[in-house]
Amino acid sequence: METAFLLEKLILVVVVFTITLVIAMYSTLAERKIAGFMQDRHGPDRAGAFGILQPLCDGSKFFFKEEIIPAGAHKGLFIMGPVIAIITACISSAVIPWGQTLTFGDTTISLQVAEVNIGVLYIFGVIALGVYGIMLGGWASNNKFSLMGAIRAASQSISYEIGLGLSLIALLMVTGTLSIGEIVAQQSGFVNWNIWSQPLGFIIFVTCAFAECNRVPFDLPECETELVGGYHTEYSSMKLGLYMFSEYINMFVSSALMAALYFGGYNFPFMHDLGLSANWITIIGVLVFFAKIFAFIFFFMWIRWTLPRFRYDQLMRLGWKKLIPLAIANIVLTGVIILIKDTFF
Amino acid sequence: MQSLSNRKKVLEQKPMNFWERIYLPAIFKGLSITLKHFFKKIPTVKYPEEVRPYSKNFRGQHSLKRDEEGRERCTACGLCALSCPAEAITMTSAERAKGEEHLYREEKYASVYEINMLRCIFCGLCEEACPKEAIYLDGSHVTADYLRKDFIYGKDKLVEPRFDITKLAKD
Repeated sequence: METAFLLEKLILVVVVFTITLVIAMYSTLAERKIAGFMQDRHGPDRAGAFGILQPLCDGSKFFFKEEIIPAGAHKGLFIMGPVIAIITACISSAVIPWGQTLTFGDTTISLQVAEVNIGVLYIFGVIALGVYGIMLGGWASNNKFSLMGAIRAASQSISYEIGLGLSLIALLMVTGTLSIGEIVAQQSGFVNWNIWSQPLGFIIFVTCAFAECNRVPFDLPECETELVGGYHTEYSSMKLGLYMFSEYINMFVSSALMAALYFGGYNFPFMHDLGLSANWITIIGVLVFFAKIFAFIFFFMWIRWTLPRFRYDQLMRLGWKKLIPLAIANIVLTGVIILIKDTFF
Repeated sequence: MQSLSNRKKVLEQKPMNFWERIYLPAIFKGLSITLKHFFKKIPTVKYPEEVRPYSKNFRGQHSLKRDEEGRERCTACGLCALSCPAEAITMTSAERAKGEEHLYREEKYASVYEINMLRCIFCGLCEEACPKEAIYLDGSHVTADYLRKDFIYGKDKLVEPRFDITKLAKD
């Protein structure tokens, strides 16, 4: 039984890992394509039909580029930076429930790698670790621009983690559990989605998630116009590739989180009225979940090609003076509503 | 101060109202604009695969024409060189020898005929000046090259290829 369990989880881990990496790979292409369409041009379309081979070409290019480690850099930490970034990006997908359970004969397979009852806390811990990759890389480069980028990344991610946490506390007050699997299971159907009870919390969460992923309009750590390349100025070859990859994986995972926490995860409208068997509902649920994730990834890119970058003081003012008070107000409001509900209904 | 031109506009900075301050309506407006562009038709022409249609009176590279029996029409009168505002055309004339009647239509022909494509402005005055209908700017673009000397096109590039008119009739 133990080996079977391990094998099942191993297969699931490999599948999730592969899907994550492939989606991150094709996010790079999607980003350029969407950028193209929004600017009235075709994106890359030379490598394969519609540029479908572009990510492969880019990836192999990264491997064949010369790897430069600056003479003044701290070699160990310089290599550690991108490694930490990619590892933390990858392990955060462990607690996300991709679907319900599949039943084959008398074995049931849960489509969640690790059902941790503190899944939300786990995600938070991993996100907090993620900034170390950027910080270490930027500091170890021994370059002023990299250091500036690293400092910005650190202060930005600490500031916005507070907003992120506070917006989630309101959500946890509604759901009453820290397990992401349970949060998703509670949202079956359509009217139970958390977005209906936590619209303000969702907006705060999205804004903070953008900041945590270092995406435009909060991409100050790698702000090209001011800091050359920010924290990855000195990076070349696949190390730069790993940084970029971890950014896209982070985007994928945070899209999955938004879909799972606020938009019902694998739940879709009328899922119990269709009269399908449980396995079919699970499979459709997984597809629906991925459709939601892709919609959010598109939203990330859509925002990127719409909004300009914030100035640093604007970023800080938004984080500390707008989002955090709003999030606290949201918590209070949620508490009052829950109290009224409990006493009068 | 009184404005002299009456076009002076005083810019007043009003404090932003509530909707402007929460920033979200502006974001949605921007998002709707980019989404509109997302579905717009893309005006790019994918050049090597798609070629835009040329105008009917497009003037491209020159060609020296042959008559219906495949003989060169040019008699080296020099009117094209004379009319050329860019002085791009030079030629050397020669007398037709016996036995060359199938090559040249008139008794005099151009043994060397050169157009400097870097000087040429493709105005088309040479084809208007030609009394023998021997030169037309009916080719496509003059392609790029590495050396200046390679832009001086001789008869090898200018005279249109000979084709067998009897074969054309069969097809």
